[in-house]
Amino acid sequence: MSDVSALIGKPWKKPSFIQRPWLRWLLILGFVAYLIAAFSTIEVNWSRVYAGLERGEKFVLAFTQPDFTSRSSDIWEGMIESIIMTVASSVVGIAISIPIALGAARNVAPLPVYLICRSIIAISRALQEIIVAILLVAIFGFGPLAGFLTLSFATIGFLAKLLAEDIESMDKVQAEAIKASGAKWTQWINYGVQPQVMPRLIGLSIYRIDINFRESAILGLVGAGGIGATLNTAFDRYEYDTAAAILLIIIVIVMALEYLSGVIRARVQ
Amino acid sequence: MLRLEKLVKTYKAGDQALKAVELDVPEGQVLALIGPSGAGKSTLIRCINRLVEPTSGKVYLGEVELTGLSSGALRRERRRMGMIFQEYALVERLTVMENVLSGRLGYVGFWRSFLRRFPQSDVDEAFRLLDRVGLAHMADKRADELSGGQRQRVGICRALIQNPALLLVDEPTASLDPKTSRQIMRLICELCKERGLAAIINIHDVALAQMFVQRVIGLRLGAVEFDGPPDGLTPDVLTAIYGEEDWEATIEAVEEDDTEATK
Repeated sequence: MSDVSALIGKPWKKPSFIQRPWLRWLLILGFVAYLIAAFSTIEVNWSRVYAGLERGEKFVLAFTQPDFTSRSSDIWEGMIESIIMTVASSVVGIAISIPIALGAARNVAPLPVYLICRSIIAISRALQEIIVAILLVAIFGFGPLAGFLTLSFATIGFLAKLLAEDIESMDKVQAEAIKASGAKWTQWINYGVQPQVMPRLIGLSIYRIDINFRESAILGLVGAGGIGATLNTAFDRYEYDTAAAILLIIIVIVMALEYLSGVIRARVQ
Repeated sequence: MLRLEKLVKTYKAGDQALKAVELDVPEGQVLALIGPSGAGKSTLIRCINRLVEPTSGKVYLGEVELTGLSSGALRRERRRMGMIFQEYALVERLTVMENVLSGRLGYVGFWRSFLRRFPQSDVDEAFRLLDRVGLAHMADKRADELSGGQRQRVGICRALIQNPALLLVDEPTASLDPKTSRQIMRLICELCKERGLAAIINIHDVALAQMFVQRVIGLRLGAVEFDGPPDGLTPDVLTAIYGEEDWEATIEAVEEDDTEATK
């Protein structure tokens, strides 16, 4: 207590995250040097950019006069296909995700089950959608089936992981109280765990539907069906006005889903 | 009715929470378990219904030895031990009624409980219990809409609807104001008397314990330090349990409360 007087009257500074000053400055300078070196390796062909500006301008201008009509039946078909893919893959993916999430939560599942479920999730997350889609198109051929399978598979990695994490961070005592009453494992999940994670499950599911719809537009580019295929065709034909129309429709639907998910999530708190 | 023999719990980190605790609770006796934080009060209670697995020792509930039971048999025995928790431990997003009925989960099948189709007798009993604690009108409210005292009453109903022989009560008043604390303690003790239940009540409020129970167990560092009637808690005994401190005020408070109660 006596050495407090030595501290009085001196300014106080928060201790640095990295204690040793030489190490701190070495890391900062090293990072800046790397950044400069990295930027200097980017090669820009300015004459190519100048030529491309014109095309870019045409593309942007197309948004001022999008053409919904001349390819309307193609757009309609693609959109219906995308929506079917989204709904089907979300339902199947979520249904498979729930048991896997239970298995991947360490406080609910025994170790062997946990390891199996975690590896399923890891595989699903390691393989990016486009790569899976290319593989599945190679197996099942062009069309929405490959897209549907890709999205279902991707949904498992996303939803099961995040739901499992929510289960792991649930309030232990609430679940313990149910266990203390002599409930069976299934009843324990239904009464002690499910009510705690339900808002998160609903929120994540709606978010995943949103993602699946956006992804379905991308997957068309590699031949997995949906509106992306229509979009790709439009680009190939330099029909920027049709492409703009498709993009506008996608934006509107995504925004509508976003609004809807906000409303639903506010309801289920 | 409940007998603990050389009950030991050693946690993985190596610290011994319970050191060969011996305890015999006769039918219908309400006893308070006091002791400083970390003395092993919660662990002791949880070792009885095996929410925490004891390391060694035996627990007899009536004639049944609990520590060796398979998980199915343990579930059946847990029905005979109602538990009331610190911070209530209600499932927040379920209704009051669902929380009370969850005390019957050990008696009904999965589909009945999943569809919330409990037997009429269970529903009737739930309403009777809620009415007994003055909350029948709250049955369809969600548990997180209730105040602390109300939640603990629901917790009491959930434990009692199990039709237990023993109540395990873990710090029932820890987050309640002084008046509500007394009401809750009084309610628990009254209900135990009405139904002839034995109860072990963990409590850190010594004065409150002395007001309501017939027997006090003092736990220190996982061992029983004191076992006797509430008025045997002299300053010396309290020092032995908790460490050096001026205890006169605590004991005086109890005497004042007693005179208040007899008025």
